[in-house]
Amino acid sequence: MRGLRKLMLVELKLFLREPETFFFTLIFPMVMLFVFGSIYGNKPVEIFGGRGTVDISVPAYMGLIIAVTGLMSIPISTATDREKGVLRRLRATPVRLQTILIARIMMYFVMTLVGALLLVAAGKIVYGLRFDGNALYVFLAFIISALSFFALGFVIASLAPTGRTANIVGMALFFPMIFFSGATIPWNVLPDGVQMVGRALPLTYVVKLLQGLWFAEPWNEHLLKVAVLAGMLIVGVVVSAKIFRWE
Amino acid sequence: MPIIKLEHLRKVYGDVVAVDDVSFEVEAGEIFGMVGPNGAGKTTTIECIEGLRRPDGGSIHVLGLNPKTDGYALRERIGMQLQESELPDRIKVWEALDLYASFYQRSVDWHSLMEQLGLADKSNAHFAKLSGGLKQRLFIVLALLNDPELVFFDELTTGLDPQARRTMWDLVRNVRDRGKTVFLTTHYMEEAEWLCDRVAIIDRGRIIALDTPENLIRSLDVDSRVVFSVDGTFEMEPLRTLRGVGRIEQSGERVTVYGQGQTLVGDVVNVLTTSGVRFRDLRTEQPTLDDVFLTLTGQEMRD
Repeated sequence: MRGLRKLMLVELKLFLREPETFFFTLIFPMVMLFVFGSIYGNKPVEIFGGRGTVDISVPAYMGLIIAVTGLMSIPISTATDREKGVLRRLRATPVRLQTILIARIMMYFVMTLVGALLLVAAGKIVYGLRFDGNALYVFLAFIISALSFFALGFVIASLAPTGRTANIVGMALFFPMIFFSGATIPWNVLPDGVQMVGRALPLTYVVKLLQGLWFAEPWNEHLLKVAVLAGMLIVGVVVSAKIFRWE
Repeated sequence: MPIIKLEHLRKVYGDVVAVDDVSFEVEAGEIFGMVGPNGAGKTTTIECIEGLRRPDGGSIHVLGLNPKTDGYALRERIGMQLQESELPDRIKVWEALDLYASFYQRSVDWHSLMEQLGLADKSNAHFAKLSGGLKQRLFIVLALLNDPELVFFDELTTGLDPQARRTMWDLVRNVRDRGKTVFLTTHYMEEAEWLCDRVAIIDRGRIIALDTPENLIRSLDVDSRVVFSVDGTFEMEPLRTLRGVGRIEQSGERVTVYGQGQTLVGDVVNVLTTSGVRFRDLRTEQPTLDDVFLTLTGQEMRD
């Protein structure tokens, strides 16, 4: 694992220097929270089972951030790095592929987590965010959700020949997912037809899992969601390990 | 023991044989060049030696290691500048050097390398903001970070302006003067002639000649040329009878005399003067590797 620490540090700096990723991971979800928070406030309402808009939005937007990283940041930057020969240059050194991947995954995880924590802090300070669950459980759910989407991101990156293609494929998955999964528009206000579509999208399982654990629902009500995400993680890792290309 | 020993290397892409039965040895301390037109198989060969590509046949030994199986061990001991590789746009020069140095078990002080290659005042510049020449310097530093015994340069000067190219040549010689063996590819014959101790000329996947540039030029009896312009009419006959003169070509007022021998220029000038021909702009052109390539393949270098 020689070079892991420096590689992680450099990846982190590069992430923060990229205006798009910085904005969509760290700023955009908070802007959403403030926009909808200022419209609806955080008063308990019936349609959300006695929770406020901000209460259900914070775990939902965590799903949004996970989707940004998994469907946009990872595929686009990985495919672009391959296309430009950044990966080729790394391969000309003794650094191992797993070192590069672990450094990137850890960096993406840290930035996704920072995005989520900013949301929690903003919700708590500005809107008195309510939290009934177990923080460790939510964190575990966040980990499995993030990793399964990261794995999907690496599959897209492996399949896409160029950064542009990765961008298009990522967007084509990203937009339906964030609108039909409850990640941006609350699930309970979506029409039945849209919910039908939503049930086929993995992000729906992320949002429901995070919201459920946020409100202290027991794990055994969410086993199917965990199984779907774990399955996506395993398939994603196996497939991308098989088809990943340096150039 | 040779630094690189290549035997019957073969590499096929689909139906295309990119490298066909290529064998040679590279000795310690030399600058060995592979030269040939684009698509001749230079990059495929160099990347097989570096361990970045898997050959379909033949054997390769580099520093006594097999690049196919000992890739990581080999990469600790060699340095490479690759064709078509880049760094992330927003990485700073010092960050790249610091990072890449951390990949090796043993690395030299990158600060002084950065100094020596004239990158010190670009330390904080983003990679994307560097000129082509500075990028190549940075790639040379990256290739030297582990104090390698053997350094590869693949088309180092392609896309650079003539002045930057000359600077690169000095830098490559400097690398060799540090006691390293250099293996390079280029499609500029002039560059190979100027820089390399030995040159392998490759065309369509095969080595068609391998020797020092001087020997290659001498062994093939390639003609030198005397070129001049004349005013008015010009009789070729007196020149034709000169010893060593081969062809004579005239196009408009420009005359080219092809021939060999130490006295060629003097003899030509002598004849012109005694026969009262008014000539100007006389110059001689020594044969180059370009002429060798032309003689061997019957075609100009395809660019």
